[in-house]
Amino acid sequence: MIAMLIRRIIQAAMVMLVVAFISFSLFQFVGDPINNMVGQEASQQDRAELRDRLGLNDPIPIQFFRFVGNAVQGEFGISYRMARPVSDVIAERLPATLELALVSGVLAISLGIGLGVYTALRRDGWLSHFIMSSSLIGVSLPTFLIGILLIYVFSVELQWLPSFGRGETVQVTENWSTGLLTLSGWKSLILPSITLGLFQLTLLMRLVRAEMLEVLRTDYIKFARARGIKQRSIHFRHALKNTLLPVITIAGLQLGSIIAFAIITETVFQWPGVGLLFINAIRFVDIPFMSAYLLLIALVFVIINLIVDLLYFAVDPRLRVTKRSASR
Amino acid sequence: MTEPLLSVRDLVVEFPKRKTRLTALDHVTFDIYPGEILGMVGESGAGKSLTGAAIIGLLEPPGHIAAGEIWLKEQRIDKLPYEQMRRLRGKRIAMIFQDPLTSLNPILTIADQLIETLQTHLPLSDKDARARAIQLLDEVGIPAASKRIDDYPHQFSGGMRQRVVIALALAGEPELIIADEPTTALDVSVQAQIIDVLKRMCHDYGTAVMLVTHDMGVIAEACDRVAVMYAGRIAEIGDVRQIVKDPQHPYTQGLMGSIPSLTERVDRLVQIPGSMPRLDAIPAGCAFNPRCTQQFDRCKQQRPDLIKTKKGQVACWLYDGESS
Amino acid sequence: MTENTPNSTATVKRRLLGRILDSDLFYDFSRRPIIILSAILTLAIILAAAFAPWIAPHTPFDPSSLNLMDGFTPPMAPNAFTGNVYLMGTDSQGRDIFSAILYGARISLLVGFAAVAFAAILGITLGLIAGYKGGWVDTLIMRIADVQLSFPAILVALLIFGITKSLIPSEMQEQAAIYVLILSIGLSDWVQYARTVRSSTLAEKNKEYVQAARLFGVSSFRILGRHILPNVMGPVLVIGTIGLALAIILESTLSFLGVGVPATQPSLGTLIRVGNEFLFSGEWWITLFPGITLLLLALSVNLLGDWLRDALNPRLR
Repeated sequence: MIAMLIRRIIQAAMVMLVVAFISFSLFQFVGDPINNMVGQEASQQDRAELRDRLGLNDPIPIQFFRFVGNAVQGEFGISYRMARPVSDVIAERLPATLELALVSGVLAISLGIGLGVYTALRRDGWLSHFIMSSSLIGVSLPTFLIGILLIYVFSVELQWLPSFGRGETVQVTENWSTGLLTLSGWKSLILPSITLGLFQLTLLMRLVRAEMLEVLRTDYIKFARARGIKQRSIHFRHALKNTLLPVITIAGLQLGSIIAFAIITETVFQWPGVGLLFINAIRFVDIPFMSAYLLLIALVFVIINLIVDLLYFAVDPRLRVTKRSASR
Repeated sequence: MTEPLLSVRDLVVEFPKRKTRLTALDHVTFDIYPGEILGMVGESGAGKSLTGAAIIGLLEPPGHIAAGEIWLKEQRIDKLPYEQMRRLRGKRIAMIFQDPLTSLNPILTIADQLIETLQTHLPLSDKDARARAIQLLDEVGIPAASKRIDDYPHQFSGGMRQRVVIALALAGEPELIIADEPTTALDVSVQAQIIDVLKRMCHDYGTAVMLVTHDMGVIAEACDRVAVMYAGRIAEIGDVRQIVKDPQHPYTQGLMGSIPSLTERVDRLVQIPGSMPRLDAIPAGCAFNPRCTQQFDRCKQQRPDLIKTKKGQVACWLYDGESS
Repeated sequence: MTENTPNSTATVKRRLLGRILDSDLFYDFSRRPIIILSAILTLAIILAAAFAPWIAPHTPFDPSSLNLMDGFTPPMAPNAFTGNVYLMGTDSQGRDIFSAILYGARISLLVGFAAVAFAAILGITLGLIAGYKGGWVDTLIMRIADVQLSFPAILVALLIFGITKSLIPSEMQEQAAIYVLILSIGLSDWVQYARTVRSSTLAEKNKEYVQAARLFGVSSFRILGRHILPNVMGPVLVIGTIGLALAIILESTLSFLGVGVPATQPSLGTLIRVGNEFLFSGEWWITLFPGITLLLLALSVNLLGDWLRDALNPRLR
């Protein structure tokens, strides 16, 4: 257990290093940071001095280690576009993105699993057929289009819900403002979180359904049926847990993608999160912001992966119990 | 003679396919008597396992019973509603599957699975059910049963797991167990042990067994009577000694000829030429006729039904007129 | 119950068309009205897009042909000033939406097909190499694949797009945009092909006939091409079809985010982004019609892919 945990953490650290190297390479190969920092009229000598002062003449490995050292301390330099420290900007915008991701994640996982199980058990029911058909539409609808359609129906035509922004927010700490404590905050969350969650929901639901059907075909379910075990117990005691094991991994990855997909949702709803900033950073080739965002996303993924591993450990007895010597 | 425990009459199982239907079981008729062990032999695809699945009502769709009747004593069971059939499964008819590695739920302990099965069929308190579960495990030969009961399936070896499976199947004290190739997936060294356990347990509990296998050795060792299946039909049924020593149907003769004998010196093993037809290409008349060395015109035109002879029942025109 | 073991001489002799019409695949196809509808719809959109210059009633991106007076004409209603009627209305500049959709679908499909082709070729090649060579080459390729797969395609595409863009001089960015887009979508989607091809290659390479061919001195390249490739074409077709839907969605998303094709060559995504600005003032048709087209295209391609996957190999998933 401990050994596995350590191995996992080392693996995670390796992934982070690789991503850090990619981020670092962005600085090295894409554009000249000096050009971005000084004006056109700066003399050759000024540039050389600045280059020296920033340590850009040092050997690459030393620069890389300095980059990693800074990154660990949350130091990513100054955004080219906003002329503010990247870490400040991200800290300010992150809560909005996390709240959105959390709400849509909960939505996607709970409904995804529930509907997946339902459609697997009531395979031939009309409601299942209906849900499955609509889920294909869900998979084929680009996130931004979902957002636009929701805005058109609920904001423009019906005028029930706001179409942009977070509504009223409450300052919890210096950097943390939340929309979860006000009515208008929740109202503003509804459309964006549906938009963001719908795609993951459909994917998850289809996965749970397929996985559940697979489990229902296994020998141990057949054997349970042959022993006359009650239908409900077969479905929810014998099959469901086995279904959810492989789903944990995917659900974890999906939670990660929700943060990435937030880029689109935030653009559609003008949600003041980090994704909106990232799009602008891409447009203006704002390297410090791009590399910081990349590392942030990687960190989220790595942490989620670790949590998934631990969960697996807790749920699957085949991993938990040390193998007793098999006796005949 | 005593009344049969299970009577299968003209059972037909079909699988709809594109424009046609595949007839996987074609008018299968046989009886199982209380406490006996009936062997079901035949090549893979002959319909042995399907017969078992049809009896216990677990045919996989789109396969279904198209005609015929299945009687368990006085009760007709092939058309029972799901809930009634469920109560019957495990309580009166149980089933053991081929692979013990996949027959047990990997995330429930042995105790979970046994106690649930016991309480499904018998009015036992948690404490009594647990005691009974330990007793069952002990009877099937699990050492230190009271400790191992809380282990997960993956902590047992294949042979031990099949013992657990037998305990599970016997939990409801059924009158009939359908054992579908219970030893095929096991090491040769433990096969005999498992057959022993099955034999002993069923003898102790008075349970009849339908033993599906393609291993003639197992048949000879364990069974009282044998049914030989070919292409979804029963070719021959009879006493095990008679079938092994003096088979009547040309197919059974070929089957027996292909077993190497340890006691008698045989110059060469007889091989049946050709292979069993696919279900969509079963010839008219007797299904075995293209491979049969003794076939004549009638075999290609008319399908033989089971004919009672002095030695047993056989579906072959060679014995027409011999019926007793 | 084993059906369809190839009955060698008879099958070969039969005509190709006969074989297609008689195949299980076609039989399955012929009894699924929704799949037939999807196929027709996909084909119709592809044809309409390919022949856009001949079908479209207007040339929407030629500024000289536009009349600003025609702006914001609702669908199927005469314009207040000019009296012109447009099937799907016009946008702010009097551009015919129907024609714009035809041209937009052209760009979307072009990028989609090109990206899928690029991803497939890259993925198949890398998969074959990884599977056949094994060793550190395999480890390297599959590790990259693993890392990339754990990040969503949209993010990978965005990053590649951002990096490539900054490497291209600004005056060339307009022309290069489509190629950059194809490159970034293609690069974000090769992993699936590589994984599938690699695992089939691994399974196949130790089979006797491949070993025998190698002993006879047949070059590894020919072994790969002749024996292994045909075996993976089924799964690749499935991945490719679903990949096409994904690529079209990804392209439209990038274009919607404003980092895709330039506004002078709008794809469906660009049209939706432009129309989105007018949604609040009630001009719904500018967004809705391109949106519906995109949805229908993605949906029918997805349905086809889904069906193909189940029909070709129910165990694939």
